[in-house]
Amino acid sequence: MSVVKLKRPELSVSDKLTLPALFKGFLVTLGHAFRSLKGKSRGAESLNGSGLGVTMQYPEQKWDEQMPDYYRGVPALVTDEQDRERCVSCQLCEFICPPKAIKIVPGEIPNEDPWAKVEKRPKEFDIDMIRCIYCGMCEEVCPEQAIFLRKDYAVTGTSREQMVHDKDKLYEIGGKRVGLVNKWNELK
Amino acid sequence: MSETATASPPLPKDLAAEKGLVNVQIDGTWIQVPKGTRMIEACKMAEKLVPHYCYHPKLSSPGNCRMCLVQMGMPPRLGPGQDPEFNEEGYQEIGWMPRPVIACANTVAENMGIRTTGELVEKCREGVMEFLLINHPLDCPICDQAGECRLQEFSVEHGRGGSRFQENKVKKPKNVDIGPRIRLDDERCIMCSRCIRFMDEVAEEPVLGFTDRGTHTTLTVHPGRKLESNYGLNTVDICPVGALTSNDFRFQMRVWFLKETPSIDVNCGTGCNITVWTRGNEIYRITPRENNDVNSAWLPDSHRLAYHAFQNERRLTQALLLNENDEHRAVPMPTAIEKAAGGFTNFQPEEIAVIASARMTNEELILTKKIIKALGTDRYALVARFEESDGKLVSADRNPNTTGAKLVLGNEDPFSQMDAIREGVTSGEIKALLVLGEDIVDDAGFSNDEVEKLKHLVVLHLLSNATAGHADVVLPAASFAEKRGSMINVAGRLQRLNRAILPPGDALPDWEILAGLLAALDTESAQPNRIEDVFQMLATEIDEFKGHTLTSVGELGVPVLETGVTIPLLEREKERIKNREIVG
Repeated sequence: MSVVKLKRPELSVSDKLTLPALFKGFLVTLGHAFRSLKGKSRGAESLNGSGLGVTMQYPEQKWDEQMPDYYRGVPALVTDEQDRERCVSCQLCEFICPPKAIKIVPGEIPNEDPWAKVEKRPKEFDIDMIRCIYCGMCEEVCPEQAIFLRKDYAVTGTSREQMVHDKDKLYEIGGKRVGLVNKWNELK
Repeated sequence: MSETATASPPLPKDLAAEKGLVNVQIDGTWIQVPKGTRMIEACKMAEKLVPHYCYHPKLSSPGNCRMCLVQMGMPPRLGPGQDPEFNEEGYQEIGWMPRPVIACANTVAENMGIRTTGELVEKCREGVMEFLLINHPLDCPICDQAGECRLQEFSVEHGRGGSRFQENKVKKPKNVDIGPRIRLDDERCIMCSRCIRFMDEVAEEPVLGFTDRGTHTTLTVHPGRKLESNYGLNTVDICPVGALTSNDFRFQMRVWFLKETPSIDVNCGTGCNITVWTRGNEIYRITPRENNDVNSAWLPDSHRLAYHAFQNERRLTQALLLNENDEHRAVPMPTAIEKAAGGFTNFQPEEIAVIASARMTNEELILTKKIIKALGTDRYALVARFEESDGKLVSADRNPNTTGAKLVLGNEDPFSQMDAIREGVTSGEIKALLVLGEDIVDDAGFSNDEVEKLKHLVVLHLLSNATAGHADVVLPAASFAEKRGSMINVAGRLQRLNRAILPPGDALPDWEILAGLLAALDTESAQPNRIEDVFQMLATEIDEFKGHTLTSVGELGVPVLETGVTIPLLEREKERIKNREIVG
């Protein structure tokens, strides 16, 4: 019962020749070419197309304004209102990261630090942007709301080392983020 | 009726009583367990796990966490003149009690019924979990226990999932320094008192205790005292939550990244069973592994932290050769082995001596024995390390394999020739020396000048040391976690070392280097290629190893000879089991 026998489709002569289908394709392209000459390309406006058609002149023109809220760009670490690093190096992102792009070395916050009660923060936090697949699992798993995927997407470097974002770089990209749950406040 | 009753088969209770057992019904299934078994252990035998915090088989059972509540039932009490009624299976009807009982401190009885599931039991567990979590902080992201925390596990299994507690949590001391190796976080403590009982009953230094009452109960050390016992870190292992954490492992790595390798400790003759926790090629911690014939469930702190000794910059990672300018230069291992072996051919057998170590495995020792034979000398000695026993687990013999060395070398006193060799070196009678796994300058009383006088000195060691500094050839060896092998402890138990990590750089497991040396010295006989072949040598040459293989030794080891030596901590534990203080 689970086996379903399919009948092989009967091919007409034109199908067997292949060429007619190829020309059909050319016609579609040609049609769009003519319409773009008349300035009638679909989506040219919303996609911020330049000149003819929908082609965007990147990097002079960018699509950033059209970027949806759910866009997932580079991951970055954030600090809170009091400039405290939100990350406590629980290493859950390191654990969940599918391409193993994250590497954390945990460290202890010294007793004289104003945030000594948090006890733990990352000594080193590296994300290898060659490995990162922008899946956003690190953001989803973070119990401290410390890592977020930003809308930045242009990550460039001339060597593998440059493509590894270290802790300073990650905080530089992430910056300060307000309005998050603050569990390490005075009551704690 | 009475005739049929006498002809009927004997009742299960009588059958069980003959063997000293009782019948217990656990979740609907009847099983037989020894009389006097704790209910929680009976449930474990029936493969029904009862969640618990305070109960530990090696400690007394105060029954204070209330997590192991189960429903219990007994046959109804008979009226005067009433005969018990048995169903067709031969059991009496169970009358279930409306209130739960703790499974950890109650013992089983004939025809008892236990329910580890059901509405009553599940409600009880949920209630207990809710009370425990009222004041528990949301520390999991920074807590070292996360991932192996009983509170996390049971709150997933038996908890509500959300809190109904509106008020502020009770504040208690956090990050308290209670001893050189242990950190206390009182907010995380669930008052199971395991650590208090451990320090009192096993470590015999009762420095921990509770102060205050109710929700303000606080675990603390006795004023003016510190938790300094050499067994203190065991409290970290038995703490079901993250209240007690190890300073050494603090914030080093989350436990879910670590790989566990069962092995044995090599810091004294007891050979405590351990688990080596590694990630990548690094050891992060060592914890005891239960073996009731060796170390119960405990490990001395001194042994637990000893692995740091080879995690330092003095670690040898390349074979070294002394050149004409008196400088050590790195060479490939085969070259070094060739030079080491070749150097001995320039000397008469009586000019050569070997200093080996009782820290070596049986496999390394039998290869050493063959090397000694191939060199033709009979001058060899091991470095003795006899100190005081601590009356618990630390043996007086700080060498882990003295028993094995005596057996493998076939010499009742392998330490005896040390003085003769030293005199030989001083007088210039001995010109070539092979030193295996020892630093003879620091540990065997040789002076730098004496070692300097040697014409050919080969040293096989983990670390660069004073002896290696004078050596003509230095061979980098592997630590206990980087090689396989077997050892025999003071009580005559054959146990196995497993490889947890790889040796750094060019370093190789000692037996491979020794096999290479042996192959260069003795070109006629066939040499082993695998450690199993070396063990096979032991099995064919020595009676005690006969019939064993490295695999058959297993993780718990096998007794191979009677030494008459006992482990004091185990003797005390046996006494306590006999007195029914603990389950064991």
